[in-house]
Amino acid sequence: MASALFFLDLKGKTLLARNYRGDIPMSAVEKFPILLLEAEEESSAVPPCFSHEGINYLYIRHNNLYVLALTKRNSNATEILLFLHRIVEVFTEYFKELEEESIRDNFVIIYELLDEMMDFGYPQTTETKILQEYITQESHKLEIQARPPIAVTNAVSWRSEGIRYRKNEVFLDVIESLNLLVNSNGNVLRSEILGAIKMKCYLSGMPELRLGLNDKVMFESTGRTTRGKAIEMEDVKFHQCVRLSRFENDRTISFIPPDGEFELMSYRLNTQVKPLIWVECMIESHSGSRIEYMLKAKAQFKRRSTANNVEIIVPVPDDADSPRFRTNIGSVHYAPEKSAIIWKIKQFGGGKEFLMRAELGLPSVKEAEPERKKRPISVKFEIPYFTTSGIQVRYLKIIEPKLQYPSLPWVRYISCASDYHVRLPEPTQT
Amino acid sequence: MAANRIRSMFPVAPRKGETFELRTGLNSQFAHERKDAIRNTIAAMTLGKDVSALFPDIIKNMATSDLDQKKLVYLYLMNYAKTHPDLCILAVNTFVQDSEDPNPLIRALAIRTMGCIRVDKIVDYMEEPLRKTLKDESPYVRKTAAICVAKLFDLNQSLCLENGFLTTLQELIGDSNPMVVANSVTALAEIMEAAPETEALLVTPATLKKLLMALNECTEWGRITILTTLAEYKAQDVKEAEHICERVVPQFQHVNPSVVLAAVKVIFLHMKVISPELCRQYIRKMAPPLVTLVSSQPEVQYVALRNINLLLQKQPDILTKEMRVFFCKYNDPPYVKLEKLEIMIRIANEKNVDQLLMELKEYALEVDMDFVRRAVKAIGQTAIKIDAAAERCVNVLLELINTKVNYVVQEAIVVIKDIFRKYPGYEGIIPTLCKSLDELDEPNARGSLIWIIGEYAEKINNADELLETFMEGFKDEYTQVQLQLLTAAVKLFLKKPQSQALVQKVLQCATAECDNPDIRDRAYVYWRLLSKDPEVAKAIILSDKPPITSTIQSLPMGLLDQLLGEISTLASVYHKPPETFVGQGRFGADAVQKRAIEELQRDARENPIQASAAAKEGQNVENLLDIDFDGAVPASAEASGAGGLESLVSDTPVRAASPMSPTTGPGNNMDDLMGLFGSSSPPTGNSGNGLNGFEGLNLGGSPPPPPQQQKKSTNEDILGLF
Repeated sequence: MASALFFLDLKGKTLLARNYRGDIPMSAVEKFPILLLEAEEESSAVPPCFSHEGINYLYIRHNNLYVLALTKRNSNATEILLFLHRIVEVFTEYFKELEEESIRDNFVIIYELLDEMMDFGYPQTTETKILQEYITQESHKLEIQARPPIAVTNAVSWRSEGIRYRKNEVFLDVIESLNLLVNSNGNVLRSEILGAIKMKCYLSGMPELRLGLNDKVMFESTGRTTRGKAIEMEDVKFHQCVRLSRFENDRTISFIPPDGEFELMSYRLNTQVKPLIWVECMIESHSGSRIEYMLKAKAQFKRRSTANNVEIIVPVPDDADSPRFRTNIGSVHYAPEKSAIIWKIKQFGGGKEFLMRAELGLPSVKEAEPERKKRPISVKFEIPYFTTSGIQVRYLKIIEPKLQYPSLPWVRYISCASDYHVRLPEPTQT
Repeated sequence: MAANRIRSMFPVAPRKGETFELRTGLNSQFAHERKDAIRNTIAAMTLGKDVSALFPDIIKNMATSDLDQKKLVYLYLMNYAKTHPDLCILAVNTFVQDSEDPNPLIRALAIRTMGCIRVDKIVDYMEEPLRKTLKDESPYVRKTAAICVAKLFDLNQSLCLENGFLTTLQELIGDSNPMVVANSVTALAEIMEAAPETEALLVTPATLKKLLMALNECTEWGRITILTTLAEYKAQDVKEAEHICERVVPQFQHVNPSVVLAAVKVIFLHMKVISPELCRQYIRKMAPPLVTLVSSQPEVQYVALRNINLLLQKQPDILTKEMRVFFCKYNDPPYVKLEKLEIMIRIANEKNVDQLLMELKEYALEVDMDFVRRAVKAIGQTAIKIDAAAERCVNVLLELINTKVNYVVQEAIVVIKDIFRKYPGYEGIIPTLCKSLDELDEPNARGSLIWIIGEYAEKINNADELLETFMEGFKDEYTQVQLQLLTAAVKLFLKKPQSQALVQKVLQCATAECDNPDIRDRAYVYWRLLSKDPEVAKAIILSDKPPITSTIQSLPMGLLDQLLGEISTLASVYHKPPETFVGQGRFGADAVQKRAIEELQRDARENPIQASAAAKEGQNVENLLDIDFDGAVPASAEASGAGGLESLVSDTPVRAASPMSPTTGPGNNMDDLMGLFGSSSPPTGNSGNGLNGFEGLNLGGSPPPPPQQQKKSTNEDILGLF
């Protein structure tokens, strides 16, 4: 429960505020930048919620804004912080970008949305698609007044009735992002697959969908013999359209989808995975004159797959200059604004191995304090038609009881790197 | 920023010309000009300008079929109703009318706004619309009305109870629409919290069934409400608790982390009663969703981590296999990193300690000082927690001391002192520690090193020399260092009597030159002890100390249990019971509310221009009422009503003026006021504008019926007023 919401610029000036309960002096917001500053002076770790004189401040930062909620009670902190994030999401979908300017330009609709999304401090409707049906940027004509879509309060609060498509199609994207942290001596410290199944749904009526995956737990519970590999998902999270109790009972994923694009589910696997792209790095530092990097990148996946748009970002000292590079593939450039060199390889075939050498000049005069910033090498890539976990969509059944149309599901797989880091070794001094 | 602060303390009225412009616009005969003017007024309000002077002009634009315009006018009303409580009565008609509009959006809007106008006058008229909307055919209206009952209760408890709204609300728990159910539960929970004696939300077996039904169907926010209620419910028997758990556990798969935490809370609290076997099963099921919370948005992660910390204190074994998940990413915000560290040391065991130590060493070489210190401290905590790992920890600490980074060395020494307090046999590293003696400038680190020297004086050849170096600046040291120095010197003397000179010097200095009574007293105690019988002194001062068992901070059991009942709330984040920060006295809930009200009143009072506006508005109101209702009465064709209205007209201006009367005294206020009058157009012209605007409006929309047309009781109310 939040008493009031504020949008502030980074100096703490209020851009827009909505007082939901009138039980908190609105001037309390003036303390916010001061409190934040005080907390920052005390420690580098300023938490996203704190209490002062009986008022609790919960905030998030987005672009050049603070979105702040105040409450005087022992409210549900997770709920409020998530709601703030949801506001940012909804507003971003409405205005493309949420920042100072868009708040100033769209204040009328923002008030309308704030009114619809929260009542008396309690979150209400936060589905952008549904909100867009009755809160629009176009002013309403006198004759046709907007009405609340039935979906707002329905059990199926994410889909309106009466949707029609000439061609009924569903696109499924199975996207696996790989989080990996590798030590400088090659040990995988942490590896995690975060998978998501995203859907683009262009179906008429109120279709019932059922999705079949090669889920090990389901195979085991139904006593079915597995052909091929089954995967064990550690934790699964579903879009609110999925019937959670059915999944709990027999692992069936059944749902009435929202219209258009949405994320159906996400899952997590903690299995130890071999780094798909393995980067080895050696640093030689000739103190006071130059620093040399030797990189070896190897694609450790099957030959028939290819990684696209590979980027290997190697952090270098802030004061490095006059870069020289040599590589047998792709291009390398120096990005001084990020203090990094970026090695780009358009296509990286499975099993291949490439080398890169970089040499950068260093100023002869050094600060007394040695640089100890520990930024890791980060790697970006995407591999189409390939999932690290081996997840497979076995079927997607689509039944619309009234319309009974034929429909086509399309499935794509892709793996990519999201938090993929290799820690830098200590430079050898010469 | 300072300017900003001053500005909002005394809200600046817009330029005089601007107010005039807006007013002209609001009274324009063209609908689009009026609409633009409303928009501009709201824009000025958003910028923090005080546009309350336009209240009467805005209120004229309330009766419109343009939904956007209506929303803006309502928004204005919510913001400024407090500054013109008497004028709010003019809005009642439209509200009542709107609450019967064929469009559910407007019905809901009307009832929602009425509840937000926290003015007694409005509250008196809320009864009928609220009763109707609670029984509305549209669930959208019902769910809005349900919340409105909580609003009404907050404003006027007795009115809410007398009209039986609480009972209606309780009936709504059985509504066919899940969102209505969720909002009713929300409203009832709120009322229950404010006034437990109402027993607003008593969960019975029947309501329990309804709640569990609605749980699977309502929105994510509704689920949180229902789950929170379920968590607070005390199951009657084991079977019921098991049933609740069974129905709640699918929510672990919900995408919203807040729902997941709320479900964890339910299971965790009901787990106390269910069979141990099921209990183990649920604990196993709880781990994966808890781990997934760590990949949500950083702020949410922080709350989740603070809660996981609590859960681990109660059930240390939930996440033992998940150490890697809590490894810090280099781009985690600092507040997340520190919390992850706390959790890592809690789940450390003999199997994962090697991994952990490698990680901690890595962190200790980072740049953020707070984080580095915490990492070093964590190494020490691990050493004390896991006996088998102590040696490895000490080695890592020694490596860190060799980096010679000042704050790393200092923290490491503090930590090593604790290790000495538990494990014997590390005396060999003392010379390494003493090498960094000159670099220690923090009292904690200096004190720790001195303690070590004193404790192992017999094994350190040059202990007296080392202590001697500290003695030079004895008077400038922090108390804590002085005390350690004193004790260490005495220990040294007892172990090596040849260092008598040193101990005498310390005692002399502490008794004769120190102002601090603690140090003086301790010095005297030692002195007498030593002069009486060195053997007794030895027995006391060099006695065996019990080894410490843990340096990981844990909450006391009682507090922990209380906080586990508050999972996901601010209390669980602060690790403090709610009563400590919800605050009593000056910062208590009531006081905060009072301040909120005072602020509004001050806004109305302190601002001279505002006050002048109030004065002006007196006239304006007169005009407005004359015009409007004279025009409206013939339409209603009710002669007796006119009398009532007239008395209303003559009465209102007087009271509208009352809030400004104390402030009009000072001369410059008056000047201001005059200035305002001088610069704006003469009142007569203005009223002419008002006339035009209103006539146009009345012709466009249907004329608002006078209040007599509603119900007899309301009518009597109005008449009773005069």
